[in-house]
Amino acid sequence: MESIVRIENVCKDYGENRVVRSLSMDIRKGEFLTMLGPSGCGKTTTLRMIAGFEQPTSGKIYIEDTEIHGKKPYQREVNTVFQNYALFPHMTIFDNVAFGLSIRKTPKEEIRKRVLEMLELVQLTGYENRKPDQLSGGQKQRVAIARALINRPKVLLLDEPLGALDLKLRKQMQFELKRLQKRLGITFVYVTHDQEEALTMSDRIAVLSKGILEQLDCPKNIYDHPASRFVADFIGESNLFYGTVQAKRGNEVVVMLETGTVTALSDDVRMGEIVDISVRPENLLMSPEPTPGFYCPGIIKEYVFVGNVQKVIIMLPSGKEVRVNQSAKIPELAVGTNVFLYWEKEDAVVISSPDNPIFHAVDNPVYSE
Amino acid sequence: MKKQGKEHPGKKKRDAAFFATAGPVSAWMILFVLIPLIYIVAISFMRRSAYGGVKLGFTFENIFQIFDLSNLRVFGQSILMAGITTVACILIAYPFAYFVAKKGEIEKTIFMALVMVPFMISSLIRLFAWINLLRREGVINRFLMFLGVIDEPLQLVYNYVGSIIGMTYTLLPFMILPLYSSIEKLDKSLLEAGSDLGAKPVTAFMRITLPLTMPGIFAGTIMTFIPALGMFFVTDLMGGSKILVIGSLIRNEFITAKNWPLGAALSLFLIVITLLLVKLYQKNGGSMDDLGGA
Repeated sequence: MESIVRIENVCKDYGENRVVRSLSMDIRKGEFLTMLGPSGCGKTTTLRMIAGFEQPTSGKIYIEDTEIHGKKPYQREVNTVFQNYALFPHMTIFDNVAFGLSIRKTPKEEIRKRVLEMLELVQLTGYENRKPDQLSGGQKQRVAIARALINRPKVLLLDEPLGALDLKLRKQMQFELKRLQKRLGITFVYVTHDQEEALTMSDRIAVLSKGILEQLDCPKNIYDHPASRFVADFIGESNLFYGTVQAKRGNEVVVMLETGTVTALSDDVRMGEIVDISVRPENLLMSPEPTPGFYCPGIIKEYVFVGNVQKVIIMLPSGKEVRVNQSAKIPELAVGTNVFLYWEKEDAVVISSPDNPIFHAVDNPVYSE
Repeated sequence: MKKQGKEHPGKKKRDAAFFATAGPVSAWMILFVLIPLIYIVAISFMRRSAYGGVKLGFTFENIFQIFDLSNLRVFGQSILMAGITTVACILIAYPFAYFVAKKGEIEKTIFMALVMVPFMISSLIRLFAWINLLRREGVINRFLMFLGVIDEPLQLVYNYVGSIIGMTYTLLPFMILPLYSSIEKLDKSLLEAGSDLGAKPVTAFMRITLPLTMPGIFAGTIMTFIPALGMFFVTDLMGGSKILVIGSLIRNEFITAKNWPLGAALSLFLIVITLLLVKLYQKNGGSMDDLGGA
């Protein structure tokens, strides 16, 4: 697919601090791409480098094959929706939305027509004469989106635009943003630290950690096949088991865990390598009887009821806890019951982790959220 | 009835607290602001007695006399000079305040301290220093002649130029402070948004920075324009004895001509002008805190 933004080996330093480390990625034309990561992972800095508010320390950024280094924000055909909205408080909603067009000396009639169209698109018809401080958070956000979109940017950059809204409004705006993006076909680059938001809205997600791109893929692949321990950890819940690769047959590998050997599927691990096996709580199964083949013993520590599922917290012999999600219809077993954990080999993901310090191998298994 | 009885002791306590906190200030304001003000208003409508002082009675004579032709000429001159001073203050203070507001915290403190420090020296002494710089054999004239820019010394003091330099210098901090506070408050992301939407720096300044710092310009204007109308000591020192401002008229009536009622009427006139300007400022969305808090 055609790329609209190409980032090549971009690094960004603030003094001694390197916040983006040789980042390379292609943003495809018309896609909804989310940059996801915890605060300080470099996602906002990357967005600001595309917008032109920051200059990369090294590396190149292309928009439609034109290198944009040194171009000022006002020379770039991208627009930004800011986290704090950044609406002009002294202008009406109409003038806010019209700002970009009036800078470009668009005829008055056309400005009027396009502003009203835009306000209709974001469902704010009738608000043109209000001032920003007369609007609610969600309405301000929509004005900010309209103000950016009216310029028909090649890429719309959104910096945690829903961060300040309450949960219900956020859900609604997620849906509306996705609808807008589909309808207009404009490339959206969206920054968030909320993994659920990323999974719901995106065509592709770029997971960043400490300035490094950990994985760039569609939400399903990110969830089902996390490429690194960090991704498995950060997206959804994961139970991580450490082990050593003992045998390889085609794409089947045998991994030795502390509690026994297990077969898993993987293409790219080496013999003897220390790997993580990640199993989602909904894929971790438990039985009161030992299961044929592989099992991992544990003791039920706690049941947590969360609506339609119950989370079972199980303590392993090593003292680590793992979580199992199961249907709330399954009768509860008494706390302290011995159970045996197992999983289908298709549901386990082998994560190659060459930089894992060796002590992780004894840290087995581990639960993390 | 029962309820009222219950409320009574609490109310007394509140009253006591009110008097303890607001009482001294109120007493001060009544004694030194309100009563003198009432006195000024009252004697504006009385007649002068032969040796200073006032005679009881009621007349509009003083009010009419405010608009005497010779006075009107002074008003015109005074307003013009105050206007020029204010514009000069804006032109000097805005770039300075803008420059300082963009600096780091430490630099900001240092620069603003540099603005404030001269306040600790009497303004008369500072004006004499200026006279020394500006007079015919002063540093500035000598330097310019040394450079060959001029052949004859310039008349920089004891005229309008000198008066305006003196007033601008004296009032500059009152322009810098409100401007600085409004420029510093300006949300940087608004300028980023402007740039993002295609505005070049000059356009962004005209359409975002300037309108949003207008309250600072208004506040600064009030704080320089109004005092400039009354600053007779500056024109006395630096304008020779030729230049009069409204303040000079008031001083002359009270001290030289011993015509207290006319002096009071002129003061009243100045107070009314001030109130009108403050009202205009408020109407344009200016906050009174920016005037007092600066």
